[in-house]
Order: sequence, then C-alpha cells, then structure tokens
Amino acid sequence: MSDEFSTMDRRTFVKATGAVGALGAVGALGVGAATLGTKEVALAEGANDERVVWTHCHVNCGGACVLQVHMKGDEIDYIESDNTGDSSFGGYQARACLRGRSLKTWLEGPDRLNYPMKRVEGTKRGEGKYEQISWDEALDTIASEFTRIRETYGNEAIFIQECSGVEQNIMMNNPFFRLFNLLGGEITRYGSYSSAAISFGAYPYTYGGSWGARSYKTLKPNSLVVLFGNAPNDTRMGGDGAGYDLNVAREQKNVRIITIDYRRSELATNQDVEWIPILPGTDAALVAGIAHELITKDLVDTDFLHTYCVGYDEETLPEGAPANSSYKAYILGEGYDKVEKTPAWAAQITRVPEERIIQLAHEIAEADPCFIAQGWGPQRHTNGDYAARAIMALPQLVGQVGKPGTNSGGREGNGSIGLSSLPAGDNPVTTKFPQYLWPEVIAHGPELTAENAGIRGKDKLDTGIKMLINYGNNMMANQNGDINYTTDILRDESLCEFILQYDVNWTDSCNWADIVLPDLTPQETWTLSAAGEANDSLGLWLGQPLYEPKYERREVYEVCGELAKRLGVYDEYSEGGMTREDWCRKLLDKVREKKPQVPTFEQMLEQGIYKEDMEVKDKTEDFILDPEANPLKTATGKIQFYAPELAEFAETWELPEGDVIYPIPAYFPGYDGPESLTSEKPLIITAFHTKATTHSSYANNEAVQEVAKFQAWINPIDAEERGIAHNDMMRIFTDQGEIRMPAKVTTRIMPGVVTVPQGVWHKADMQGDRIDHGGCVNTLCSRHPNVISKGTGQHSCTGQVEKVEG
Amino acid sequence: MTQYGFYFDATRCTGCKTCEAACRDYHHLKSGQTYRHVYELEGGDWSQNTDGTWTTNSYTYYTSFACQHCDNPACTHVCPTGAMSKGENGLVDVDKERCIGCGYCAMACPYDNPKVDREAGHSTKCNGCAERVAEGKDPICVEACSMRALELAPVDEIAKKGTQAAIAPLPEPSLTNPNLYIKACHVAQPSGSRDCHVANKSEVK
Repeated sequence: MSDEFSTMDRRTFVKATGAVGALGAVGALGVGAATLGTKEVALAEGANDERVVWTHCHVNCGGACVLQVHMKGDEIDYIESDNTGDSSFGGYQARACLRGRSLKTWLEGPDRLNYPMKRVEGTKRGEGKYEQISWDEALDTIASEFTRIRETYGNEAIFIQECSGVEQNIMMNNPFFRLFNLLGGEITRYGSYSSAAISFGAYPYTYGGSWGARSYKTLKPNSLVVLFGNAPNDTRMGGDGAGYDLNVAREQKNVRIITIDYRRSELATNQDVEWIPILPGTDAALVAGIAHELITKDLVDTDFLHTYCVGYDEETLPEGAPANSSYKAYILGEGYDKVEKTPAWAAQITRVPEERIIQLAHEIAEADPCFIAQGWGPQRHTNGDYAARAIMALPQLVGQVGKPGTNSGGREGNGSIGLSSLPAGDNPVTTKFPQYLWPEVIAHGPELTAENAGIRGKDKLDTGIKMLINYGNNMMANQNGDINYTTDILRDESLCEFILQYDVNWTDSCNWADIVLPDLTPQETWTLSAAGEANDSLGLWLGQPLYEPKYERREVYEVCGELAKRLGVYDEYSEGGMTREDWCRKLLDKVREKKPQVPTFEQMLEQGIYKEDMEVKDKTEDFILDPEANPLKTATGKIQFYAPELAEFAETWELPEGDVIYPIPAYFPGYDGPESLTSEKPLIITAFHTKATTHSSYANNEAVQEVAKFQAWINPIDAEERGIAHNDMMRIFTDQGEIRMPAKVTTRIMPGVVTVPQGVWHKADMQGDRIDHGGCVNTLCSRHPNVISKGTGQHSCTGQVEKVEG
Repeated sequence: MTQYGFYFDATRCTGCKTCEAACRDYHHLKSGQTYRHVYELEGGDWSQNTDGTWTTNSYTYYTSFACQHCDNPACTHVCPTGAMSKGENGLVDVDKERCIGCGYCAMACPYDNPKVDREAGHSTKCNGCAERVAEGKDPICVEACSMRALELAPVDEIAKKGTQAAIAPLPEPSLTNPNLYIKACHVAQPSGSRDCHVANKSEVK
C-alpha cells in the first residue's frame, strides 16, 4: 500500500508538505501530496503507534455517521462509531451502519484509482483502454479543453454532474462550480435522481414548496403513522436516522404504523408494523379509493378543505377552472373520465383488497393525529408527479396537515444545524435543465425547449453539453436510466467532446471518460459535515485524514486550484491561498457566529464531533393559524387540489404521446406502468435500496456483500412458474436491456413484481451482447421521464424473468 | 463468578447486519468467517382473491446471535485438549496454543459458533469481546447496533428483560443452557418450528 512512505520519517513528511502546501512537493517520490496542513493530524512517532482518528462516512444515504478509526501506524486496525453521550434506546448516537463499519476493505480495495489516466489515442470511448499520464498532462488537457469548448460553444456547453459519492460535506463538487463560475459559468440542472418528481412536480403545485414536514420525533402518543413507499430502516440505517426515530416512537409512544409498499421493507419485519402490499405505481389509485370512502361516508374535514384548500370541490375551484374539474368530481365519477373511484375500482388497480381499502379509510379518518408520509419510491415512477401529489391529498382530506403530530403527506421532515458548503460564487449562466435529461441535452441540446423538456431560464437551448465533468458520481454507465442508450450517446465524440471522470474507484463509468483522475476518499482528507439530513438531530463532524495521500491521489479542492492556476484565477478561487483545511475552519467559524456554543476548530480537532439536542419543530403552521395573512407560495396562496399552474401547462406544453397533465392529483398509469403489462412482459420490474450500498457507493465492497447479498426479489408463485429456486441465476429483461442476477425467492414481495437492488455495478461487453452480468438495474430502465417535473421514472418498467440454465 | 450473557431485543431489530459487519471488522475476520449470525426467517404464503387482489399471511423476522457462552457448552465438553473453556465472566474462549484444530467443537456447537481456521491451525470463535468487557466497554456488536437491540450483561439482569432463547432458528435451550435471552418479536416461531424457513441461506452459510 503505502510503500513510498514506509521508509520515510513521517513528521518530516508532514512538515514538508505543510510548509509548501502545493502540488508536487514530493514529486521526486512520484507522489502528488495533498495539503495536509501543519496542524497535528494525530500523528505519532513510529509505524506501529496506535491512535484514533475521527472521521465520518458520507455518501448519499441522507445520513452521515461518525467513525472513530483505530489506526496502527499507517494501517487501519478497526472502526468504531459514535459511542459518546446517551447510549440508551432513544439517545442520540450517530452509529454507522454496516457500510460505514466496513470501510476498511473499501479503502484498501482493488478498484482504487491511483494515478491519472487518459484514454489511449485511437481507441473509442467504452473500449476501456487507458494509460497512465502525469498530473501536469491531465490538468493541462482539462484546462485547454475547457478554454476551447468555452470559446467554441459558450459556457452553456459545460456541465458539472451531481456528486452522490461525496454528498454532505462542505466540499462536494463545489470546487468545480467555484472555478467555472469565475470563468463565465456553466449550465446547471434542477431536480435530482432522488426526489425530482416530488420536488418539482408535486410540492410546488400543492404547497408552493416543501411545507408542513415533521420528523418522527414529533409523533404524539398513540397516533397512527401511514407510510407510502417509505422504508427508513432500509435506506437510512444510522443510529440517528429516521428509521431509528420511528422505531423509538413505536416502542415508547405506542405509535401504530402501517406501511404501504410492494415489498416488505425492514420496517415490517421484526417490528410490529402492518404491511399493506400494493402494486408499484398505483398509489394515486389507492388514495382515490380511500377518498371515495371518506367522501361518501362524510368523513372528510369539509371545514378544513373549504378554509385552506382550493379545488377539492366545485365551490372552491379557482377562477377559470372548468366545471367538474375538482378532485371530488373526479372521485365521484363526474370528472374528466366519468369513472367513479370506488374502493372496488381501486382494488382492481392496486391489488389491495376492497375491504382493506375501506377499513384503511376509516382508520385514517378516526386517527387524531394521523401522520402520513411518503418516501421517494412512489415518485420515481413515470407517474410520480401524480403519485406524490395524491399521497399529499390524503391527509388534506381529513385535515391532518400543518398541525402538531401531523405531516404534509410528503417526505418526513428534519432539522439542520446550518452548515454552509464551500461558496460556489455566482453563475452567470442561468439556463437549467431537468437533471434526468442530461443525455438528451448532449444528443439533442438545441431541440430542447421550455415546452418540450422543461428548460428553464431560456426558451430553448442553444447548444448541447460539450464538456461533461463527473466528480464523485457513477452516472454515465450505472445510475442513469437506460445505460445502453446513454452510452451510445457518450460513444459519439462529436456530441460530447470532452468527458472527465474523477473518482476514488474505477467504476464502469470511467470507461466512457477521456481523462480519469484519482481522488482521495473523504476519510483520507479533511471533511466537515453536518449530522445526516435523516433526522432531527444537530451535529457537526470534523474529519481528519487517516494517513497521508497514497500513490498519486489528490483531493478536489486542490486539484481545482491547480486548474485555476492554469486558467489564471487562482487568487480569486482560493481567496489568497486557502486550503481545504482552512475552509473547514472558516465554515465552522461561520456556524459559531450563530451558535457560539459550537466548539472551536482546535477543540474539534480533539473531540472530533459536536452534538446538540434540538427542539423539534412541531408548532402549528402560520398558514393554518391565519391563511389570509400567511398565504402559501402556490398560485392561489392555498393548498391546491386543483393547480392553475398545471392547467396552464396542459395548454402550452408539448408532451410525448400518452402523457397528460391533469391539474388534480388523479391516477395516471404512466409510461410502462402497471397497465402496460403484456404476455411478453408480464412482470413489473422495479428497484429498491439495498443495505449493501448507498446507490453505487460501496457496491464493490465484498465485505458488505458477504452479509448482504445482491439478489433480485421474486415471489414464490412467480418463481415456481419459471422453475426458479432460491439463489438461482436469473436473466431479467425489458425493452431496454438484460441483466443477470441471482434470485431471492421470498414472500416479502408481491406476486407479479420483481425488484432489483439499485446501485450494483454495471458489467457488460459494450462492444458485444451488452448483457449486464453485474446486475445494474438501470440497464433495464427507460428514458421516459415524469410528465410535469421531467424527473426520473426509473421505477416504471415491465419485463420478464427466466432462469439461466447451467 | 458472574455469568454474562447476550440479550437480544428482537422487537427492535431491523436486520441491518451491522452487528455482524462490526464484529468481522474488529476481529479481522477473513472472508467467509463470522462470529455473529443474522438469520432471516420467513413463513406464510400468498393467495389471490377472485377479483385479482392479493392477500398474504406471510411474516419475516431476524435473529442475531453469536456464542451463547452456555452454562453447559457443547464445545468445551468435546474438546480433547481443554483448549476450549469458560473464563472471566463465564465467557467461553479458545486457548489458541492448546488447540489442535481437530474441529470437534465446530461439529458439536448447535449455534454454529466455533470454526477451525485451517490456515492458523486452531479454532476461532466469539469471545464476547472479553478484552473490551475487561476494560468496561461493550462488545463491538453491542456498541454497533443502531437500534440498541443487543446487550452483554450479567445473566440475572438480562433474564428480567427476556426469556432464554427458544425461538427458531435457535435450538432448544435445554441442549446447552445458553446465556442468550431474547425479547421475542410478534411473529417469532418456537425452536424447531417447521412453519418457517431460513430465507437468507446464502448469507449465513
């Protein structure tokens, strides 16, 4: 591993790099050292000294868990997590999950990137032939390509992709934004792969943005919690996460929980939680069936609906709305489709028995308070805008929003300590596109408009993306829907002319880049992060490097500084030479301006973390107290069953065939949804978040996979029909492609549905049959986005499964 | 001597397997080796109603267990060299110098705990993190559990919170008198139940 350092006096090394604080300080060793700074890094004399280094795990699960890494010299001995403060059930300890606990093998893994690489001249993207180059050559190339592309196509041709692998610290990919913003800026995206539909297709038209969200810490004794596609014990498993808070509330407050999901998540295993299985993509139909029972049995809160909402019924429709366009009219069969949304109608679509739908309606009506929340699963379908809005409508019908002990029907809430990221500066380019459409922007940029692709800031794009910066993500060949389509676009060098991939591991996405750079992991450099967004807990974690950089790995802030030197903006970029460590100090101090109780940087070096109990946000919303004085930011100022904004889009937008915009949260089956099943494609193929990975982060750590295997779930009924036994290899295929993955034959999934753990690494012969033997679900997913948000619909897919013989 | 034992609150467990991952990391276990098991059991089935809707009576639950540091340990009884024995706090461990790696302990233990490390030439097993316990710390698995579902404590304390392990997939406690006390979850099945099966065979074997 660190053979270059083993013969070197460590203190001398730290002193040397700290004093010079620049790249290439130890170039004679062939090692490009990142600036460690001159402060104590808990380094001790001698190779076998034991020490504990505070750092943390931060990828993109929503959590950020504390790690205390026990070092023996330069090697990791073992990892502890947060064992400070109250260890009792209900106490606040940011305990890492199996992923963070298993970092040792990941940090030392065989896929680590060690040197800058470039694609061998004369080879095509996707062939995977790369050669080592110097940092100087790599940086010179990136700087000159930036200049060339900017001069040829303008700044709108440059795009910095998201950075899921390094989310949540102060740095993320902000150094690239900071640098490019000094040089005319770049086109940006809106929405994300996590929550585009709910954030850009539902919240704005319902509440005028996120509103009324509460954490599980606010739950009242004996209340009812109804969750749609929300699996907090699968996704955010940390000891201060949402799943923990809900588990505590269940036990200590006698909270009853119902989870509506196509699979039995970890919420409904050991915990006494009721699971109502539902066909994926049909949440809005279930809500409509419940609404029918509530309306016809006079269980709706009419006063609430008339005071705070528009478009529930005909008398509260906004001006200009046609007759019979209210939600009530839609439910009672007087709306656009003249179909009554009885529980029996909903049962046919959702496959939830009629009597359970009726019973659920009464349980929701009788519960006070009733806390209704959705995860991000339902809105990742091609009808996700509608599903998200419909689930929000449910608590509105019974007046259970905006008040203590309730939730908006959207995602549960959380608190924040107010830590800022590295300032990115002002971007002179204001053009934005929906993130999911980045491949389309590469391929068809100038054809994309506000009306056909949700372009913002401009009526139409003038250019496609010509320079793609991928830092800390695995988007190109893993996390984006329809990998075969996406990589066909990337293969064509006349479209996107320069691609950078900068990461800690050689993922399949690296094979589509022109230059690949080796990063330090967050544990190998300075990091400052806030406690995970998954909870209502306040905390700050200061991470220190476990060891000096190995090989030629370099961290992003310093690398962008080197680019800034080449592009003539280093002084502005670095504010006179500030290092990554300096920024950690400065941004910590900024928190201290508002919260003087937060420790100083020096104190944090010793204690590593700072935690604080917070008062949970649980007061009645101002809008509820006085809706006239405190209007929401919707078009009408009220909660919108009927959104006039959407009615306008329906008039002006150009939509793909089959897509429709309804101003109300109607059930819309969506592209390749539950009503697209055929005899050739009889199964819904979808994806779930496995405990083994956070998206594609850690998916190469075999230590985790040993305890949490990558397997696609299939019901015993579907498995038996196809002669599939537990752990048999399956071929799973859709119109888009084919993957191979072993089966988990389990009663935990509804018949008719197969679900694949999301994030597994793509592995296919892309010059040949393109069968993905790695098992990346995005090989199967379509490009069809959501109607309104243009956000990802990756969860909507139909296909077939067969046993692989032999 | 105060006998220590593990307590497992099955009503809180979410099957995250962090206990097992932390144990493997702390004890530097090789690939394929584990001192802690997390078994996933499931039972029940699905039926389709005449209107096409689905009903299920299925259930799933996890059980996390390591060495039970039994009162009547099978491993010590069959050990021909006396290498396997109960030590401080009643925790069972193997004397690596005495052990000849014969594997009788591995065959005898109904909890699948001791395993012979052929490369090292001796048995390995959960020692209850005796060295941590001696320093007043919790075993690494206990400290790792996000849901605070695990404890190691004197048996008379944990016996007040749970009952001696008698749920599937664990054997009848009468075999070895295990010092594992469990607060069973609502769907737990009794030891020996044939109504449920191990749903994660490929992860625990």
